[in-house]
Amino acid sequence: MNWFITLFTSTLGRKLLMALTGLFLILFLLIHLIGNLQLLNDDGGRSFNVYAEFMSTNPLIQIVSKGNFFFILLHVGISIFLSIKNRSARGSERYAVTSGNKSTWSSRNMGILGTLVLVFLVIHLKDFWAAMHFTEMPKAMYDGVEYRDIYSVVALWFGKGWYVGLYVFCMTAVGFHLWHGFASAFQTLGLNHQKYNPMIMFVGRAFAIIVPALFAWIPLNMFFF
Amino acid sequence: MKITLKIWRQKDSNSKGAFKTYVCDHVSPDMSFLEMLDVLNNDLIRKGEESIAFDHDCREGICGMCSLYINGHPHGPLQTTTCQLHMRSFKDGETITIEPWRAKAFPVVKDLVVDRSAFDRIQRSGGFISVNTGGVPDANEIPIPKKIADEAFDAATCIGCGACVAACKNASAMLFVSAKVSQFALLPQGKPERKERVEKMVAQMDEEGFGACTNTGACEAECPKGISITNIARMNREYFSAMTTSYEVAVGGGE
Ligand code: HEM
Ligand code: FES
Repeated sequence: MNWFITLFTSTLGRKLLMALTGLFLILFLLIHLIGNLQLLNDDGGRSFNVYAEFMSTNPLIQIVSKGNFFFILLHVGISIFLSIKNRSARGSERYAVTSGNKSTWSSRNMGILGTLVLVFLVIHLKDFWAAMHFTEMPKAMYDGVEYRDIYSVVALWFGKGWYVGLYVFCMTAVGFHLWHGFASAFQTLGLNHQKYNPMIMFVGRAFAIIVPALFAWIPLNMFFF
Repeated sequence: MKITLKIWRQKDSNSKGAFKTYVCDHVSPDMSFLEMLDVLNNDLIRKGEESIAFDHDCREGICGMCSLYINGHPHGPLQTTTCQLHMRSFKDGETITIEPWRAKAFPVVKDLVVDRSAFDRIQRSGGFISVNTGGVPDANEIPIPKKIADEAFDAATCIGCGACVAACKNASAMLFVSAKVSQFALLPQGKPERKERVEKMVAQMDEEGFGACTNTGACEAECPKGISITNIARMNREYFSAMTTSYEVAVGGGE
């Protein structure tokens, strides 16, 4: 058991947890996106409401959802711990002149980008997740079955310009976080190989652009069209 | 050339340092960076001032003793050691800021000299192979594929100067440690102590208070020997597999 504690209290072990939770969150983003795209169906919100009902009641999804919350907390917790450690590793005196042109902007600002994502997560969870779980929702009937009408709640928020602006801004932060984070997680796991590096890089960067762009497209579409 | 130097002066590890400005009027573009400092030091001594302390030894780019954080880059603007840097890499009239490596694990000894014995302790914790005495083995007795030998040799070119730590925004030593882990992990001679080595070296690295790598790649771009961050991925692999599979041998051989 000792080795287990040693492993996960070492910097490498902590980074391993960062990478694993990060990759899990990437998978989560993808599934979440597929769900959100239902908002674009021109059916008055029916397919989105049916999907949301399934996600908030299915027992298996509930377990995964608990895990997801735990992984977010773990990812954030370790990142705070490591960021403090990294800052103190520089020592009491900092450089007077620095030049960051040897690394990407994203890679140097993962903490700030992550914090933006966290702020977004809190707002987002309050407005949609907490609304769905803890408040009285408007109802919709499809084929004689009653559903909670989360679509109308989403439509209300996405009708406000400032909210859509905030949403799009935060999606950019997610994009930049993943611009570095996706490939970085593989490097952390030790999955670095001449034959696969270009593919990991390509998929990571494509993911970092396409997924946040599609997320952002949904409120833009609902606001303007 | 006329060069203005802003140099970090610090009496010893317990005092607070500050920048001091020096103007050098007659710098030849053919001088090496360290020669330029030598000339400045001569002037200071002649004027009865305290000379500037900086590390150097071979001045051939092979010992890893020289350091200096020059205008925001370890070893200056080129990807080489400070001793191999020449004044022609700077412009006439330029102001050059020279700082020591900044890391909690590398305390300043005096002026621009830092104590890098943290690296020695990491190396001592596992960066070696044990060879028993006996007859001399035949050369090429152990077959090693050329590409593997090259990869190990590339890792072994690390001179342990600490530029990776200086360049890293997290003051992480992972490029250094991973090079030292890799040079043995790749070769048959390194196999017997492979798992123990990486476990001990990583533990010592953490013990010294270096930061955690965030894969920015700044170290690789600044390393005078061009050590690749592929080595860091290899160290991670080595470490995770060692930690999860190595025997925890108790005294007396365990059960
Ligand atoms: C949708 C949410 C998120 C996803 C998909 C995600 C994904 C990732 C990935 C894949 C990495 C790379 C891991 C590695 O280099 O090994 C990473 C690193 C990081 N994340 Fe996140 N992250 C998310 C949210 C957050 C949040 C909310 C924070 C908050 C404070 C955060 C802070 C960080 C930091 C500081 C790093 C760099 C740490 C390091 O490389 O050691 N992330 N993230
Ligand atoms: S003095 Fe030896 S490497 Fe520069």
